Amino acid sequence: MDMTFLAEALIALFLVISGIFGLVGSFGLVKLRETMQRLHAPTKATTLGVGGVLIASMLYFLLVKGSLSFHELLITLFLFLTAPIIAGFIGKTYMLRHITRDDLPASGREYGWALYDAAPGEAPEDTDKA
Amino acid sequence: MIAAALTFAFACYGLALLFNLWRIIQGPTSADRILALDTMVINIIALLILYGILQGTAVYYEAAMLVAMVGFVSTVAYSRFVLRGDIIE
Repeated sequence: MDMTFLAEALIALFLVISGIFGLVGSFGLVKLRETMQRLHAPTKATTLGVGGVLIASMLYFLLVKGSLSFHELLITLFLFLTAPIIAGFIGKTYMLRHITRDDLPASGREYGWALYDAAPGEAPEDTDKA
Repeated sequence: MIAAALTFAFACYGLALLFNLWRIIQGPTSADRILALDTMVINIIALLILYGILQGTAVYYEAAMLVAMVGFVSTVAYSRFVLRGDIIE
């Protein structure tokens, strides 16, 4: 009886924490002022919130239903792998429209910035024509 | 206790979806809109899993997995379209 109460309290705690994280992530999307600032809230807080929901779901099926499931770990892994890729793509999308080449310092390498300059293998004339 | 926590989490993620919708409508740049759509997909995954806990079935993981994959591909496709003017070059 006591163990059941403990398990339910743990699951409820994870659910409440993850709900707060998800809400904070989306509230940051509304509240923060600049686009690049807004990029931070959903990619971190919301991903953590979904991770909390998945942990709560795993604990629920393990402790209450009595069956161990690994689907949630798969979803968590997928989300944690894709979140930085998506953030990188959205950052590049913003940079292309709102930040010019002159706003950035030199890359300090033989090749320039990937967003504005040709790839190392290509000749610059080819990319201009295309 | 779990039922009350589930209701709280449902309310949180529902409110989060409304915030995302506001950013999609308001968002001054296309990057904001792509970001809000991606956040919406992640919130919907959380809602699906919460609904799976409420119903006590494991069916909704497959739905959540599919939504996660489609959401990732669509976000990347949208960004590629803005970046390069084409999705598959």
